[in-house]
Amino acid sequence: MSPEKPALRAVDSSSETITQEAQAAAEDARVGWEQFQQLIEADQRVEPRDWMPHNYRKTLVRQISQHAHSEIIGMQPEGNWISRAPSLKRKSVLMAKVQDEAGHGLYLYSAAETLGTSRDEMYQQLYTGKAKYSSIFNYPARTWADVGAVGWLVDGAAITNQVPLCRASFGPYGRAMVRVCKEESFHQRQGWEILYSLSHGTEAQKQMAQNAVDRFYGPALQMFGPPDDESPNSQQSMAWNIKRFSNDDLRQRFVDMIVPQAEALGLTLPDPDLKWNEDRGHYDYGDLDWDEFFSVVKGNGPLNHQRLAHYRAARDDGAWVREAAAAYAAKQADTSRGSALLSA
Amino acid sequence: MNSAAGFTSQDSATRISVGDALTPEDVSASSAVAAEDTARYALMLGDDCLILAQRLGNWISRAPELEEDIALGNIALDLLGHARFFLTYAGSAWGKSEDDLAYFRDEEDFRSCRLVEQDNGDFGKTIARQLIFSFYTHELYSRLVDSADATLAAIADKALKEVDYHQDHAAQWLLRLGGGTAESSRRVQAGLDAAWPYVEELFADVEPTERLAEQGVAVLPSALREPVLDRLHAIITEAGLNPPEAKGAFGADRSGRFSEHRGFILAEMQVLARQHPGASW
Repeated sequence: MSPEKPALRAVDSSSETITQEAQAAAEDARVGWEQFQQLIEADQRVEPRDWMPHNYRKTLVRQISQHAHSEIIGMQPEGNWISRAPSLKRKSVLMAKVQDEAGHGLYLYSAAETLGTSRDEMYQQLYTGKAKYSSIFNYPARTWADVGAVGWLVDGAAITNQVPLCRASFGPYGRAMVRVCKEESFHQRQGWEILYSLSHGTEAQKQMAQNAVDRFYGPALQMFGPPDDESPNSQQSMAWNIKRFSNDDLRQRFVDMIVPQAEALGLTLPDPDLKWNEDRGHYDYGDLDWDEFFSVVKGNGPLNHQRLAHYRAARDDGAWVREAAAAYAAKQADTSRGSALLSA
Repeated sequence: MNSAAGFTSQDSATRISVGDALTPEDVSASSAVAAEDTARYALMLGDDCLILAQRLGNWISRAPELEEDIALGNIALDLLGHARFFLTYAGSAWGKSEDDLAYFRDEEDFRSCRLVEQDNGDFGKTIARQLIFSFYTHELYSRLVDSADATLAAIADKALKEVDYHQDHAAQWLLRLGGGTAESSRRVQAGLDAAWPYVEELFADVEPTERLAEQGVAVLPSALREPVLDRLHAIITEAGLNPPEAKGAFGADRSGRFSEHRGFILAEMQVLARQHPGASW
């Protein structure tokens, strides 16, 4: 199935020893590949020490680190409202939520590290702009209602995407997602609750809520990625049991979920084509602006520059602290080696 | 002592618990109403925590390492919790909610000390401020748990467990920064030097605290001076740093001689709530 199945014939070599070693390596790889295929076919977990194809590893590192980066950059739009949250209870919940996101970043970076890529390397990829993160965070959180819309729609879309990832074939990723999903579902509820309070509040609050939903609806639907016929990597990920459902399937699932929730909020989703389709048993929805999506992905969103600059400033400003911690740890290690020698 | 105020739990919110820890809603729902003096005292303690939580919250997404985004966020969250207890209890005397007190008082009516109003500066300055405040509150709450006022005692009991972790966090970082590099040592020393003029204010015997201390309700601030300074000197020296010798900055009486920072802090914190007076969130 995979184009990567290793060749069984050893490379020609004038040296018999090299040929034997190459044959042994090829045999190891063949056994590893077969075991890997068996795990995938039996829908079981691949663990860090198992043999895995190079591209499987690469795909996972890319996906998990992008997910981690999204959590880290995602702290900014909502973090922006911690200082101005309109009640102490809301401030406390928001602070806990943004802090959870840092925690998610941490689990995910750790999961990716089990694949042999260090956290520093991943930080560096984000710092230099080489790595991507979810484009939704390049949109501003302008009002308090945006905090609600981000929780309800953005975290809602994230959960729809992530629940199937709890069964991802790579063990550490799947297990990290279980915990992430539990917290995300709490986040989604708190976002919905913020919007509910607003939409049942004063006229100005209700308008604030509607405006936020108007702004975040389209970008939230785009979080599932391009339509299936334009998503080249999806098929391989599905064959490897990393991804379980296609982008469009997940998007449909999300739309079906939020329509009744929007009705309960008394807010309108900004899509004139949104209507129940009896035949399909799903809601139809209108075309999304994919030109805008790709433009934001390429770096031209409203806040791409600001988000990255904020991240870089934090890394730069903290460099001396990390150096100090490392120097202190090294001195402590020397001291304890020294005292171990003395007491020996 | 907790049972006297009708509170069931001793658990800390910073550790995973069975979920029966004291909450601000418990304080609000309890029948305990603060006496006027006690309310003014609780307000002062609450304002310190609220302003520091506001300051620390700004580190989230800006910390030197992901673990510190979490740690500083956690500490900010704890302090906000303490503020909510104290403000809720203070408000019981005047028929006001925690939000009335946090969002609809002007600068002159806050009672926060100047130490917590100081800006975050770099990580060294923040750690210096954390060290002083957490050592001070640890000594304070260790005594307030025996308050004759059951609600204050219950709040102190809850807060103490969390402050225990805050002072450990600050002390560990002081040692790392003091013993790390020349740069880190210089920066954290500068942080201590900048904070020191505002330490003395913590120990000023202002009214009504002095009167309440006589009744066994409050902790006499001047009684904390020696234990707090002794412990601070010890850890600063252990970190290879110099305990600053600056005298207390004039105006240490919490009577409205607040720092220039306070107005900006409140302007930001209160802006949205004040744009929509009477609204629910």
